[in-house]
Amino acid sequence: MSRYIIKRLAYAVLTLFALILLTFFMMRWLPGDPFIGEKTVSATAMDNMRIKYGLDKPVIVQFFIYLGNCLRGDLGVSITYSRPVTEVISSAFLVSVDLGTRALLFAVIAGVLLGAIAAVRRGTFADSFSMFIAMIGVSVPSFIMGALLQYFLALQLRKVFGITWFPIQGWGQLKHTFLPAFALGLGSLATVSRLMRTSMLDVLSQDYIKTARAKGLSERRILWRHAMRNSIMPIVTIMGPTVAAVLTGTFIIESIFNIPGLGKYFVTSIKDLDYTMISGTTVFYGGLLILCTLVVDLLYGFIDPRVKLEG
Amino acid sequence: MQNIDKKRFTHVGESIHDREAISSYRLTFMQDAMRRLAKNKVAIVCAIVILVLSLLSIFVPMFSPFDFREQHYGHTNAPMGTVCDVDGKQGDVHLFGTDKLGRDVFTRIWMGGRVSLSIAIICAIIDLIIGIIYGGVSGYFGKTTDIIMMRFLEIINGIPYLIIVILLMMVMPPGMLTIIVAYSMVGWIPMARLVRGQVVALKGQEFVVAAEALGSSPTRVILRHLLPNTLSVVIVRTTLSIPAVIFTEAYLSYLGLGIQLPMCSWGSLAQAGIENFRLYPSQLIIPAICISLTMLAFNLFGDGLRDAFDPRLRR
Repeated sequence: MSRYIIKRLAYAVLTLFALILLTFFMMRWLPGDPFIGEKTVSATAMDNMRIKYGLDKPVIVQFFIYLGNCLRGDLGVSITYSRPVTEVISSAFLVSVDLGTRALLFAVIAGVLLGAIAAVRRGTFADSFSMFIAMIGVSVPSFIMGALLQYFLALQLRKVFGITWFPIQGWGQLKHTFLPAFALGLGSLATVSRLMRTSMLDVLSQDYIKTARAKGLSERRILWRHAMRNSIMPIVTIMGPTVAAVLTGTFIIESIFNIPGLGKYFVTSIKDLDYTMISGTTVFYGGLLILCTLVVDLLYGFIDPRVKLEG
Repeated sequence: MQNIDKKRFTHVGESIHDREAISSYRLTFMQDAMRRLAKNKVAIVCAIVILVLSLLSIFVPMFSPFDFREQHYGHTNAPMGTVCDVDGKQGDVHLFGTDKLGRDVFTRIWMGGRVSLSIAIICAIIDLIIGIIYGGVSGYFGKTTDIIMMRFLEIINGIPYLIIVILLMMVMPPGMLTIIVAYSMVGWIPMARLVRGQVVALKGQEFVVAAEALGSSPTRVILRHLLPNTLSVVIVRTTLSIPAVIFTEAYLSYLGLGIQLPMCSWGSLAQAGIENFRLYPSQLIIPAICISLTMLAFNLFGDGLRDAFDPRLRR
C-alpha cells in the first residue's frame, strides 16, 4: 500500500513540475517584450531594468525562480486588476467551489440513480428514457445547454407565464444556482449514468446476487445493500476526470451566467490578454486538479484492495 | 438374401475432400461486422445524418447565392425566411435569416460546418496515427521502453487537456491550423493507451501462440490476427473522438481563441449567437442544433460500431 501511495505522490509531483514548466515556456514564447512601448530609454537603462526584473539571468535560473515563486504561492501581479493573482484567486475561488460542488453532487447522485434504474428496469421505458437523457448530456456542450436553459427556463418562463423561479444571471441566492449547476453537471451526469448502468448490469448477473435472492432477501435490500455498493466502484475511478470536466466547464458557465467565480476571471483575462493572470490561474487550476486526482487515486486504493497488487 | 451388385450404388454424399471444407460461405471479420451494423437502425440513421450534414457543408457554400462574408446592411438580424431585396439578389431567400451584420446565416452555418467537420476529421486521423504508433511501440517492445513511454504519457495526462490546449492557443496565432496542432498535442493520449493495452493483451493470447505454432509468418500473425483484433476498438475510438474535437473547437471559439472572423465555425457561430440570443434566439439555436446533432450522431454511430464489432459487449 505504501508503495502505491509513494508512486501516486511521485506522479503528482512530476505532473505539477511539467505543468509549471509548460506554463513558464508558453509565457516566454508569447510575442512581445515586457519593456516595449515604454518611452525610448538608453541601452544602459534597459539593461538595468532587465537586471531589476531578473531577465538578465539564464533561462534555467529564471525558471527555477518562477518555480520557487509558484510553490510559495506567489503567482505574480495581474495586469488588468493590479492586484496579486493569488488575491484574485482566493476571493473568487470559493464561488467556483460552491458551484462546482453543487454540479458534481447533482451529477453523481442523479447519475448513479438514473444508471441504476436503467439497469434494473432494463429494456423498459425507464431504461430508454435514462439513456436518452444521458445521450443529450453527452452531446450538448455545457455552454450551449446553459444558454438554452437561460432562454427557455429563465426568459420565456417569465415572459409567458410570469414565473420567476430561475433568474437569468447573477449569484448570491439559492435560486441562482439551479440553472448553472444543472448545465454544468449534465455532461458528467451522462458519463456517470452510462457507466453505472453497465456496471450495475454486470453486478446483477453475478452469483452473489442469485445467492441473496435464494436466501430470501427482499428485492430492496438486494439492490441497496448488494448491487448498488458493488457497482458504484467504477464510478470512483472516473471521479478524477469528472472533477476536471466540471472545473473546466465552470470557465464558460460562470461567464454565461455572470457568476463572479474564478472561471469568469479566467475567460476575461484571456480576452484582455492578461498574461500573468492566465498563467497564474492555469497553474492554480492544474495544481488543484492534480491534487483532486491524487486524492481520488488514494481513496480508490483504500476502497479497492486489489489495487495494492498492481503496486 | 439376393445378392445386389454393389455397382448399382453410387455415393451421393460429400466426397472425402469436401467433407473437411467450410460449407457456409465465408465472411471476413469486416463483412460480418458490417452486416450487424446494417441491422442496427439507430446506427444507420446516424450514418445518414452524418452524411447529410457533410454533404450540406460541402455543397451549400458552393451553390448558395450568398457568400458567407457578404454583408447586407439593409436588413440585419432578419428573421428566418426573409426574402432578400438587395440589387441583383432580389427574390433569393435567407432561409435561416441574417446575423447582426446582415450575413446569410444559412450559408454561414454550412461554411462553419465545413470548418468544424474538417477540423474534427483531421484531428481524429492525426490522433489515430500518433496513437497507434506510440501505443504500438510501447506495447510491442515492452520492458524499459514501455515503462518510460507510459510514465511520460501519465505525466502529460495528469494535466487537464483543455488547459494545455488553451496555453498553446495563446502562443500560436489563432486559426484552424492552430486548433488542429493544439488538439493533436494531447488528443492522441487516449488512443495510445488503448492501442498499447490491446497489443499487450493480444501478444500473449493463445490464438497468437497457436498461429505462430502452426507456422504463420510474423506478417500473417500481425495482419490476420493482431490488427483485426485491434482495429475494431481503434475504429470505435476514432469515431467517438470526433465529437470530442467538435466540443473542444466550440469551447475554444467561445473563449475567443478559436476560428477568427470573417471565417466561422459552429463554435464561433454559437458564441456569436449567445451574445444576442435574448433578442434573436434562432442565431444561437441553429448552430446549437448543428453541434449537438453532429455530436449525437457520431456518439450513437460509435456505439453502434462497437456493438457491431463486439456483440458480446452489447447490453
